[in-house]
Amino acid sequence: MAGWLARRLLQALFVMLAMSAIVFVALHAIGNPIDILISPDADQAERTRAIAALGLDKPLWEQYYYFLRGAVVGDLGRSFVFNEPALKLILGRMPATLELAVTAVLMSVIVGLPLGLFAGLYPNSFAGRTVMAGSIMGFSLPSFWVGLMLIMVFAVGLGWLPSSGRGATAELFGVQWSFLTKDGLRHLIMPALNLSLFNISLVLRLARAGVRETMPLDYIRFARAKGLSPRRVVFVHVLRNILIPVVTVVGLELGSTIAFSVVTESVFAWPGMGKLIIDSINVLDRPVIVAYLMIVVALFVTINLVVDLLYTVLDPRVRIGGAG
Amino acid sequence: MAKRRAGLILQAAIMVAASGVAQAQSVTVGVSAPVTSMDPHYHTLTPNTQAHSHIFDRLVETDAKARLRPGLAESWKLIDDKTWEFKLRTTNFHDGSPFTAEDIAYTIARVPTVLNSPGSFSIYTNAVSGVEIVDDHTIRLHTKSVYPLLPVDLSQVFVLSHKLGPNPLTEDFNSGKNTIGTGPFRFGSFKNGDRIEMDRNDSYWGEKPAWSHVSYRMITNEAARTAALLSGDVSLIDAVPTADIARLRADPKMKIWEAVSLRLIYLMLDQSRDGPTPFVTGPNGETLDKNPLKDHRVREALSLAINRPAIVDRVMENAAIPSGQFLPPGSYSYAPDVTPPAFDATRAKALLAEAGYPNGLRITLHSSNDRYLNDAKIVQTIGQMWSRIGIQTTVEPSPWTNFVGHANKQDYSVFLLGWGSSTGESSNPLRSLVATFDASKGRGAVNRARYSNPALDALIDKALVTVDDGAREKILMDGVRMVMKDVALIPLHQQKSIWATKAGLTFTPRVDEETHVFDLRPAQ
Amino acid sequence: MEQSPFRRVLSDFATNKVALVALCVIGLITILALTASLIAPQNPYDLAQLDIMDGRLPPGSVSADGLKFWLGTDDQGRDMLSGILYGLRISLMVGAGSALVAGIVGTSLGLTAAYVGGRVEAAIMRLVDLQLSFPAILVALMILAFLGKGVVNVMLALVIVEWASYARTARSAALSERAREYIEAAECLALPQWRVVFRHLLPNCLPPLIVIGTIQVARAIALEATLSFLGLGVPITEPSLGLLIANGYQYMLSGKYWISFYPGIALLITIMAINLVGDQLRDVLNPRLQK
Repeated sequence: MAGWLARRLLQALFVMLAMSAIVFVALHAIGNPIDILISPDADQAERTRAIAALGLDKPLWEQYYYFLRGAVVGDLGRSFVFNEPALKLILGRMPATLELAVTAVLMSVIVGLPLGLFAGLYPNSFAGRTVMAGSIMGFSLPSFWVGLMLIMVFAVGLGWLPSSGRGATAELFGVQWSFLTKDGLRHLIMPALNLSLFNISLVLRLARAGVRETMPLDYIRFARAKGLSPRRVVFVHVLRNILIPVVTVVGLELGSTIAFSVVTESVFAWPGMGKLIIDSINVLDRPVIVAYLMIVVALFVTINLVVDLLYTVLDPRVRIGGAG
Repeated sequence: MAKRRAGLILQAAIMVAASGVAQAQSVTVGVSAPVTSMDPHYHTLTPNTQAHSHIFDRLVETDAKARLRPGLAESWKLIDDKTWEFKLRTTNFHDGSPFTAEDIAYTIARVPTVLNSPGSFSIYTNAVSGVEIVDDHTIRLHTKSVYPLLPVDLSQVFVLSHKLGPNPLTEDFNSGKNTIGTGPFRFGSFKNGDRIEMDRNDSYWGEKPAWSHVSYRMITNEAARTAALLSGDVSLIDAVPTADIARLRADPKMKIWEAVSLRLIYLMLDQSRDGPTPFVTGPNGETLDKNPLKDHRVREALSLAINRPAIVDRVMENAAIPSGQFLPPGSYSYAPDVTPPAFDATRAKALLAEAGYPNGLRITLHSSNDRYLNDAKIVQTIGQMWSRIGIQTTVEPSPWTNFVGHANKQDYSVFLLGWGSSTGESSNPLRSLVATFDASKGRGAVNRARYSNPALDALIDKALVTVDDGAREKILMDGVRMVMKDVALIPLHQQKSIWATKAGLTFTPRVDEETHVFDLRPAQ
Repeated sequence: MEQSPFRRVLSDFATNKVALVALCVIGLITILALTASLIAPQNPYDLAQLDIMDGRLPPGSVSADGLKFWLGTDDQGRDMLSGILYGLRISLMVGAGSALVAGIVGTSLGLTAAYVGGRVEAAIMRLVDLQLSFPAILVALMILAFLGKGVVNVMLALVIVEWASYARTARSAALSERAREYIEAAECLALPQWRVVFRHLLPNCLPPLIVIGTIQVARAIALEATLSFLGLGVPITEPSLGLLIANGYQYMLSGKYWISFYPGIALLITIMAINLVGDQLRDVLNPRLQK
């Protein structure tokens, strides 16, 4: 177990190192942030000064060396654009993204699981087929387009929900969260729904497939033959069996949901870190881009670890440290 | 059960929405550009300046038409060729401490010392060679040479209180510790990428704002911004997307405000090469032995083939006016006799033939796709128009990030750019865009086509040391005529800035593209 | 012996009428896309054929020179019908092309991993884990930010994003197949390794790969649309369906629905058809669902 953990962490460290090096070289190849940031009125002398101020006058390997030296003590550099430590900047925007992604994932389970169970138990009914067809829509519609439709219907048309932005926040564990206030929840509903559409379809289909594979199995047949109520069979035996893939996928999807929030955040003007990374790429704000990737790697490694651990809890057959 | 819970949440949300009481005197606005820092000396970036002007004041302010007006200085005058004297206003900072000449000296000293600045305000204070405090409300600024533009330069620099002490940190402006100005609003909070909250400064020296509280939201997505206004979440939006202008104009619950801005959209034509230029070839793709763009007739043909009114009407949806020079009518140093080149395809073809290209040319036209209003659409339309006079045009819009680096290195042949004159007069574009590139003199800093005309350089040099406003204007107008006659660049249109508010509000549109919430008031 | 499983799949597939219709739709769409340059009223990529004065005309309008715009025009005066036909071509090319290349790369690596084992397997599978632990959109975004726009660059980004799922599937399928008698028999006959892998192992691993492939085509098309929305997709002068939608998006609030609505419908139909076929294939090819 300890060896397995150490290997995982070492691997993550290696990825971070490789990634930061690639980003340094690639951003250097794209262009000079000063070209983008500097005032059009600036003369050549001011340009030279600004390049030096950001340390961009040094050779790339030296810049990378300074970055590594800082990274060892937890300093990932200062944003060129915001003049704040990149780490602090991203952590400041992270709660907004996290609460959006977690809400979206929760929504996908709350909506997707029952619908999937239903579609799996009655695969040939009209309602079951409709649910499946709907789930394909969830896969097919571009989420930016759905986002605008939601805004047009629920904010502009009906006026039920605010059109965009993050609502009032309240503090919990020293962090500002918006899901703790009524206003915050109202702002959260639409973007979270928008972000969860894909995952709802995913969970729904997984659940349906699970039910269809599980129902003909011997132990289910046996349970039914024993005279257990259908409700008990479904909610205890079938559900337990399909929860494993669902938990895995949902867990893994939390990562891509966080990444996909880039789109939702820009449509709903949600001040999360997805918006930040897009903006940072647009101005070649290297410290923020590198720090963001470091944090994302760390986040994913953690998520994958937790998923693997949950796995062992749900399915005793799985042993950590095995192949794969 | 899960579904029922979701239903309850939705119901609760609806109830809150219904009971949402509009708070009197409080206003929420949605602006397009994100503010990166609350430190007013950190970065020369218009979105930042726009936000800071709510909290801080400048010695000299500009009015909605970009003309100078008194700010923290009640008056200023030249006492000799190289010395300006400013008489200062009596007012207090938000923390109650009095504003004095010492704060001006402190500000001018602080500007060049801001750490990590990617674009320093020192370009506006460099001309000052000495500061002399006469008394608490009189200050003299000395310049190295004759420098008539000093008040214009200082209209870019916000004044800080000397009580902040040496080296105030940028972070402390974002947190509010240092964000103490003399402006119409007091700083409340700054949430990066989200909003700024401000409260009215009840002891403001100028006209007091109508709002006791302002939520200044940054909504970068165009559709989201319009939707926020339509749904009533915000009372004012700026940079109204051109696609939505007609709809909002027709809506009785909304009102559109517009001003022709100082921003010119133009094409630059590579003048750096005498030999072949990379993206212009013969009609069959063959390399040419010389750069056709160096030929005045070709440049003029390219300009005449563009139907400017059609671009303004169809692409810009009238959020622009056709232009033939750097500034819109009514500006200082606008030359009334220089009109937008009239569309004339026949003459354009004749000029091309005369220049030795009767079968046309092939051109790749480059532009950004995320920088100027409808930039990628404009170049496509120009491509249509040029192909009609026999110039097969390919367009290649790319993100500004990629585009600007190449443009700076003279990698392109024909490319689209924009320029907003920060001073509101022509010396600024003349000096930056078309003066011969010369790093030692700071001339032609963004002359990306490397156009060079010694006669023009001489005119610009002369204008910059002419103190008399009338005489200087005449010289600048001659410069403008020279540039446009030689087609040093191809002017396309002057952008309009468009705002939309709820009906029942009045707003003062500004030519410098800035959005000021204190210019928004309930209609009488 | 060779033919019968294929026939069985075909007849099983045909039991689902919806999937059959979807298959026909895919066929039709492919034909439309391939023949776009012949059947489209206009070449929407040729700026000389566009006229800005025809911009934003509603469906059914007629241009100055008598061309009827059945689905209206976009802001450049581009006929939406032609734009959609050509856009379909780009979208399908990006989707199918990237899925194919990713499939070849991923499958080869997956089979190699399964067959060679040892360090090679460990290295390849670590790379797969790494790739799969990163969200597709983020990776594509980064790659395109560095490479710049362009159809080939988008395809390259999608290949990099997609190959890992093929590799993982191919490896696990190959591992279970490898234990079977027929491979052992082939090995005993001392057939060359490549022959064992490609003639015997690969065909038997194909079913799950086909299922993954169909779904990846749909995913790639949708991802390309999203990238276009974020401003990092194909070039604006040669719009894909996704870019057409993204361009028309800004006109949604002003009621000019057709600029983004019709390409949206085309995209929806395409992706739905591919997914429906993929679903049915999965059901047919999944032995555990056999009665």
